[in-house]
Amino acid sequence: MGATFSEKVLGAKAGKKVKAGEVVTVSPDYILSHDNTAAISQKFAQLGVDKVKCPDKIIIILDHVVPASTEKYAQNHKIIREFVEKQGISNFFDIHNGICHQVLSESGFALPGKLILGADSHTTSYGAFGAFSAGIGRSEVASVWATDKIWLRVPDTIKIELKGSFARGTFAKDAILKIIGEQGADRANYKALEFCGRAVKDLTLASRLVFANMAAEMGAKNGYFAPDSRALDFLKQHARTDFKPVFSDSDAEYEAVLKYDLSILEPQVACPHTVDNVKPITEVEGIKFHQGLIGTCTNGRFEDLKVAADILRDKKIHPAVRVLILPASRKEFLKALKKGIIEVLAEAGCVILNSGCGPCLGAHQGILAPGETALSTANRNFQGRMGSRDSKIFLASPATVAASALTGKITDPRKYL
Amino acid sequence: MNKGKVWKYGDNVNTDVIFPGKYTYVLMEPEEMAKHALEDLDPGFAAQVKAGDIIVAGRNFGCGSSREQAASCLKYAGVQAVIAVSFARIFFRNAINQGLPVVQSEKAVRNISAGEEVEVDFESGQIKAEKGTFKFHALPDSVLNILQAGGLIEYTKLFIKNDGT
Repeated sequence: MGATFSEKVLGAKAGKKVKAGEVVTVSPDYILSHDNTAAISQKFAQLGVDKVKCPDKIIIILDHVVPASTEKYAQNHKIIREFVEKQGISNFFDIHNGICHQVLSESGFALPGKLILGADSHTTSYGAFGAFSAGIGRSEVASVWATDKIWLRVPDTIKIELKGSFARGTFAKDAILKIIGEQGADRANYKALEFCGRAVKDLTLASRLVFANMAAEMGAKNGYFAPDSRALDFLKQHARTDFKPVFSDSDAEYEAVLKYDLSILEPQVACPHTVDNVKPITEVEGIKFHQGLIGTCTNGRFEDLKVAADILRDKKIHPAVRVLILPASRKEFLKALKKGIIEVLAEAGCVILNSGCGPCLGAHQGILAPGETALSTANRNFQGRMGSRDSKIFLASPATVAASALTGKITDPRKYL
Repeated sequence: MNKGKVWKYGDNVNTDVIFPGKYTYVLMEPEEMAKHALEDLDPGFAAQVKAGDIIVAGRNFGCGSSREQAASCLKYAGVQAVIAVSFARIFFRNAINQGLPVVQSEKAVRNISAGEEVEVDFESGQIKAEKGTFKFHALPDSVLNILQAGGLIEYTKLFIKNDGT
């Protein structure tokens, strides 16, 4: 019997052959943290060691509240900058770079076969490039900084076979929402997701990031795409270091194989207050909302902003709604700026925000009041996440949010594309 | 462990309703964090919870964010253990790492009601409730060692001391 990608990566790290279910002690290649680095550094201080063990493995990206919105957040950032200086951490990205998952990816750390752990649940994103990446907690990051070791359970793997190509008005976001809606928010708990099938070669890296990012919303430990020529061509330009792609064996053992045909997919919407409460757009059309959000680490890349601009070009958003644009990174923002996309969005009446997490987790810049509803391209719609516990969040693709922004109510984007 | 009064909740109790994102970089003190535990799920919880109380919930408890405060705010609020049908993986790790015992037992959850007193015995792997005694699988030693040390920070301190790392 062959081995899955996850068994191979964790086995190589543990120095032995391992099977799903085993617990291994391993050293990660990179450890990510963001604004929570201040809190982690306090936990690190409790350990009684002065210096981190491997400063070059540590990646710190400020993104959650950038620029700082209050004195408290400013102090938080200051503690982090001092820690970075003291520990000699060179992979530090200050507030002007963007959201950690996009910045880490575009900076060439997300590499095939690498083990990347992060104090953020959407650390699953780097599987888009063939890395094994999983979210962990703050104490664990502090402990890894000190010891360069962590225990991980080797996950079972669910294979998701994608075939067909997207019909007009449907995108990666619709596909992953459909999958989560059918399978449930805990279907992949403690497990790995492997996205494969004939449709994968046509998926852009930005679209693969949507799948891998949202794998977390199915409970997955990690999501994985086998690196193909599209991924390797990108990495030729961007990789920070050497890497060796790792692939599942053809006779590897899977917990389940799920099959989806992209060509029969309709636009999908996740309704309040869980990501698996998914309905086809035809069932929710007409619901009014107050705030649209296009962007985030899920859907804030060039291709997302472009599809929104294609719908909003030479039009104005509905006077009853406000629309926030939150690019995934400064690089993606600049790409869109140079192509005139940012201008189109601003002309339409959208508010362009600094790249960061802000409104997605209700930290700042676009908090919802009681009774308000948001239509967002983010990955999570839990009660109270964007502000008041009496507000609601619907999740959809950038095309759906842009089309809906024109009418002030949830609208099928196929009418505008 | 001593008997504890049960607070019962449903499926998919997520990290945002356990400890809202707006507090994650603002509240650092244990007493402050405890005051906001479960705020967006059950606004009355934090004021009424007593030391030693037990949370009983459905599937996928703690899903969502990796924020460790979702586990630590419950511990600081005095919660003795969480019994659920299943736990989201990062919450499960965080709970162990914060020294908050987590127990998986669908049968117990189905048979325990809000307000009753239950007792969790980790050595025998049993939950004693009004409707009977329910067994659960003991945690692996590597995980129990962290719980017994009082959480990962304490455990790592021991590791560093013994290993000389």
